[in-house]
Amino acid sequence: MSSNLEDLYREVILDHYRSPRNRGELPVPPAHRSEGFNPLCGDEVTVFLDVDPDTAIVRDIKIQGQGCSISQASTSMMSAAVKGQTVDEARRLIRAFKALMSIHETRLEGEGDGSDLAADLEGVRLGDLEALQGVVKFPVRIKCATLSWNTLQQGLDEIAAAGE
Amino acid sequence: MNLDAMPLDVERIRRDFPALAREIRGQRVVYLDSAASSQKPESVLRAMDDAYRCYYANVHRGVYQMAEESTAAFEAARAKVTRFVGARSSRELVFVRNATEAINLVAYSWGRANLQAGDAVVLSHMEHHANIGPWQMLAEERDIELRWIPMTDDFRLDLSTLDELLRGARLLAVTAMSNVLGTINDIRPLADAAHAHDALLLVDACQYVPHVATDIVEWDADFVAFSAHKMLGPSGIGALCAREEILDAMPPFLGGGEMIRDVRLDGFTTNELPWKFEAGTPAIVEAIGWGAAIDYLAALGMTEVRDHEERLTRYALDALTERFGDAIHIYGPRDVSIRGGAISFLFDDIHAHDISQVLDQRGVCVRAGHHCAKPLMRRLGVPATSRASFYVYNTEAEVDALVAALVAAEAFFRI
Repeated sequence: MSSNLEDLYREVILDHYRSPRNRGELPVPPAHRSEGFNPLCGDEVTVFLDVDPDTAIVRDIKIQGQGCSISQASTSMMSAAVKGQTVDEARRLIRAFKALMSIHETRLEGEGDGSDLAADLEGVRLGDLEALQGVVKFPVRIKCATLSWNTLQQGLDEIAAAGE
Repeated sequence: MNLDAMPLDVERIRRDFPALAREIRGQRVVYLDSAASSQKPESVLRAMDDAYRCYYANVHRGVYQMAEESTAAFEAARAKVTRFVGARSSRELVFVRNATEAINLVAYSWGRANLQAGDAVVLSHMEHHANIGPWQMLAEERDIELRWIPMTDDFRLDLSTLDELLRGARLLAVTAMSNVLGTINDIRPLADAAHAHDALLLVDACQYVPHVATDIVEWDADFVAFSAHKMLGPSGIGALCAREEILDAMPPFLGGGEMIRDVRLDGFTTNELPWKFEAGTPAIVEAIGWGAAIDYLAALGMTEVRDHEERLTRYALDALTERFGDAIHIYGPRDVSIRGGAISFLFDDIHAHDISQVLDQRGVCVRAGHHCAKPLMRRLGVPATSRASFYVYNTEAEVDALVAALVAAEAFFRI
């Protein structure tokens, strides 16, 4: 198998794909439910979020849906990274992950030097998530990796809007 | 299978397609995505190049020599397309951008002139979004009812309730060949059933015309939509073929140049058929390229083309089943006499995208996704499939390359 392919399918990705974390559902309410679709490939994800209204901590997160190994692994890693974090930390992670996915694109198109994105990445520990960086070399797969993150962001926005 | 058909000389055919000589990551490309779009032979590329280099001018306008040559080549291409599908006259052959636009034209023009609230349009579960979207848009606007012909478990139309579905219907719109399953639908009985209920029949023939000799008069279809790019021609041009009296009665679709006979400040009169539906400068050179593609297919012989694809499809179905057994799910009929060369498949626990990615490393091009047929994917209970599809230039060796690449993909993702 070529090295390219192994850049994409790192062992930690295959591990999350084969044993996804935080699968299941949460009762709604009190949990919040948001759905994401990738119209390109038909992948679907549902994110259940239980956010403590007083402390703004993501007490629990559960995931349902189907997709390719990249989208499933990214979703699983996302759930593990966000669980137990505050909403602000979760948003910082979303920004950092998106930066990880788009640095390459930005440089290609010659828009800026990527320093804004670097700022988003600074001081955020992505851990396992960095294994997904190889996805950037396969531009059509970036949407697979970002699907659950966009759905998480949508969920957090909806919770914030409901709380206002 | 036709026993008189001479096998295609595929090695010679392959030399006519420059893109097939391409290497990807050091390996000769294995192009198995012709159901999405086909590759183009030298003769098509040359015909289009010649048109631009030697006699390019706008059509139906100038009285100088180049304009006359350009117009003659453009209309000669229309005549070739007309003959190729067995239409009665060039007046019935309207050039559009693609099959999707052809169906939209029918929905917009015929649909708005003829359908009222409560009227029904009958579709099937195996339609491409191109034959769903225009009708759903119209249904929303006009409050018409959409009814669906279901599918049997062996991937064919379930016609047991057809009479009931057609009661009060104004139009039946179905595909002649499913882009996902390969299933060929027998059109003539559908036309007879529709007409018995005073409904018209629209056929989405864009997967059928490239692969099977087509006679739309024998079909008795009222509207037929298809495109050039799946049949060795360029992208950007397709056709709506329809009965002259129906086209005559339809209001124009787009307004502008060419579709008009006379314009006054207080109104206009429309041009004759088919130009009434061809507003603006058409895809002149694409039409000429399409004509060359039809010459190429006609020289091969559509009986021979169909024969080659049946043989290759049987070889592929056998090879996939033999190698993977119960691990592979193939969505479509097993009997090659009632199907085309698009084979959709899925492995347990391996997503179609992941399969395609590994295949791409070996230069094997297949389609992964929902194939613009989401209602069908829901009926099949899968989010996506991989699809390999064949055409005149594909070989058994390429099927072997597909199987070998799938073995590698399966090994890679197996737990």
